[in-house]
Amino acid sequence: MTMTAHQETIDQADQPLLRVRGLSKHYGMITGCRDVSFEMRPGEVLGIVGESGSGKTTLLNCLSGRLPPSQGRVEFNASRHGLVDIYDLSEPDRRRMQREDWGFVHQNPRDGLRMRVSGGANVAEPLMNLGRRHYGDMRQASLDWLNRVELDLSRIDDKPRTYSGGMQQRVQIARNLIHAPRLVFMDEPTGGLDVSVQARLLDLMRELVRDLGLAAILVTHDMAVARLMADRLMVMKSGAVVETGLTDQVLDDPQHPYTQLLVSSVLQI
Amino acid sequence: MQQSKHNGHAPSIRVTNLKKQFTLHNQGSIEIPVFESLNLEVAPGECVVFVGDSGIGKSTLMRTIYGNYLASGGCVEVQHDGAYVDITKASPHMVAAVRRRSMGYVSQFLRVIPRISTIDLVIEPLLGNGVDPEEARSRAVSLLRSLRLPEALWSLPPATFSGGEQQRVNIARSFIREYPVLLLDEPTASLDATNRETVVALIKAALDKGAAMIGIFHDQDVRDAVATRHFDVSSFKMDMESAA
Amino acid sequence: MNAQSNDAALTATSNSPERYYTYGYLDEQTKRMIRRAILKAVAIPGYQVPFGSREMPVPYGWGTGGIQLTAAIIGPDDVYKCIDQGADDTTNAVSIRRFFAKVADVATTEDTAEATIIQSRHRIPEHPLKDGQIMVFQVPQPEPLRGLEPREMETRAMHAYEEYGLQYVSLYENVSAFGRIAATAGYPVMVDERYLMSPSPIPKFDNPKLHNSQALMLFGAGREKRIYAIPPHTTVRSLDFEDYPFETQKWEESCALCAADDSYLDEVVLDDQGQRMFVCSDSHYCSDRRAQGLRGPMAGHELVDIDKDAGQ
Repeated sequence: MTMTAHQETIDQADQPLLRVRGLSKHYGMITGCRDVSFEMRPGEVLGIVGESGSGKTTLLNCLSGRLPPSQGRVEFNASRHGLVDIYDLSEPDRRRMQREDWGFVHQNPRDGLRMRVSGGANVAEPLMNLGRRHYGDMRQASLDWLNRVELDLSRIDDKPRTYSGGMQQRVQIARNLIHAPRLVFMDEPTGGLDVSVQARLLDLMRELVRDLGLAAILVTHDMAVARLMADRLMVMKSGAVVETGLTDQVLDDPQHPYTQLLVSSVLQI
Repeated sequence: MQQSKHNGHAPSIRVTNLKKQFTLHNQGSIEIPVFESLNLEVAPGECVVFVGDSGIGKSTLMRTIYGNYLASGGCVEVQHDGAYVDITKASPHMVAAVRRRSMGYVSQFLRVIPRISTIDLVIEPLLGNGVDPEEARSRAVSLLRSLRLPEALWSLPPATFSGGEQQRVNIARSFIREYPVLLLDEPTASLDATNRETVVALIKAALDKGAAMIGIFHDQDVRDAVATRHFDVSSFKMDMESAA
Repeated sequence: MNAQSNDAALTATSNSPERYYTYGYLDEQTKRMIRRAILKAVAIPGYQVPFGSREMPVPYGWGTGGIQLTAAIIGPDDVYKCIDQGADDTTNAVSIRRFFAKVADVATTEDTAEATIIQSRHRIPEHPLKDGQIMVFQVPQPEPLRGLEPREMETRAMHAYEEYGLQYVSLYENVSAFGRIAATAGYPVMVDERYLMSPSPIPKFDNPKLHNSQALMLFGAGREKRIYAIPPHTTVRSLDFEDYPFETQKWEESCALCAADDSYLDEVVLDDQGQRMFVCSDSHYCSDRRAQGLRGPMAGHELVDIDKDAGQ
């Protein structure tokens, strides 16, 4: 059929940003994740949902180059290398690729920030890691970003430990976006926050993702967060992906028994 | 093949042999049949209104066309960038692209991020398509004015609005883009007569520009005002037997 | 670095305590191990070589790294100088000097030009060093990145892959807080444009003396068990920003005793009325200048006489 042919050419028009094939991770006898395959396009937000212990974090660590998988490939369209299996890169090349093309927002800002240096320096550090050596320029970029994430600029030189949880998380987000990455990993980015702070942060992240056209992988167990942020969902259970699809389709017409259970377990207010 | 007003134009929506049933795995795997062998074409400039008793599957059909529900069989082809895309088989990327540029959906519920101002919510679909923020803003302003949403509310998030006010925000969000295909699920449910007329006017203007529409309207007046054709979903009802 | 013989130890009187020590205090195997570490450090300028640091007869923090380096390279022909914050006459410097006079049977001196080995805590002498001289630095923390990155695995990887962006974070913090790079001591340097190195807590005033020096610079951290080196004639660059270039300290005053305006000055508080004076930190440099008849505003004749008496 001609229309499907056309559809395919459209689908192939843009190269995948990330291509994962047959990814498995075993810890001895225990399975972390099993036979995961998917593709991501630039500008897309992929949500990974599932209960704790479903393998979300193992998968995220394998995808982000922090945990070599037992089997399978993680191919990323790196700015220096093109589409390449990140575990085929030498360690320095991989680290440079991570610095240049990726961001990683941790659930706990203490894991993603340097608590001993000021918020401004935390935000400017990725630029220094990329070889920028002009203080004034970096200071300005840092101010711009803190402004963008709506941090009180008079606090720029304070240490992150004097910030509230929501402020810390906003600094962490600025730190992970200032170098214009292609892909940002987010591990429960609104996990430890008040609902009110959460909503503002979600909106901010959505706005930034849209404005910068960056792709994000968002791990969450919160279906409401997934609905608001993600274009597409992957549902994980016992290390395997049991269902994928457009976010609203997966949540409104779940097919797999586990997804149906997850969706029906969400508290309504 | 059903009659279409704009003969000569290829249909914007082509539904062929569509089937939908739900399986509730956590309730003894009950099968809930909805419809089967359903065929429907909607041409540009047409507004097809679904009719049938409540619970017959009008919303389900509309959501299946939108890709919100997964079809159990058959196909839903929608005009997108000059070609047909089968929503039931297209990749999620493709479905997302179709929704972004070609097919809009107005539900009776407003589902948005909390604490975002009304005006920002309305311009959001435009920004997602790369429209200049200033341009988007001015379009939003004229739309909200025509819908008579008090200007004092524009900068507030709609969470605390009345049902009718929320609905108007929702309509503004959907009509700010001129989608070639628009699905309307009870968009006038909680509106007063004046605002209903405004929505009818918006729908008619879109039809004149060649949009293809599918609607579900409880309100008889609205239905009569905009429908170019009725479509009875109950004639495709699936029996319990054929569902199994 | 003459290989010493055991003669010196053997010639010690048969029942003196010294005869129970190997020459230079350390046993031969340890000296061999340290020399190998030094050779590797010289071969890879700025790279921190791990070594099996031994217990020393002084506590950690008193120069155990420097003493081990000196003990491993010293020979009977060497002339040894030891300074602490530039001064030859402080307790620590005197003790270590006496230690080596005893266990290595070497001549000691306060004269920078005369010395072949200069062990130092926190200074480089003002007299330019010459070919053939060896500076031995006592290092409390060899890892310049440690304050920012506590994980050793990570800092090693950063050195291996030359990822030094993090070091600039500390400079950034400085400029943010003080409007300039206010770090004064232990100011990080790039050695041979490859390894980031802590020059030990010498004032940044001394950093330029590391660059293209004729002398060999050895750095030893006893507690941290690391040795590193700057071979003679090696490029050493102090880190800075494009818009905040590296600068050394400057004083409006000159030395109150010898009138030097080119040396590193210590501030000395004289009373509780706010009276103070600035004097050379390098005590030998200062007395040398005074011996040449140079006088600062507070160098009275009596003071000179006292010096002369002490010298005789």
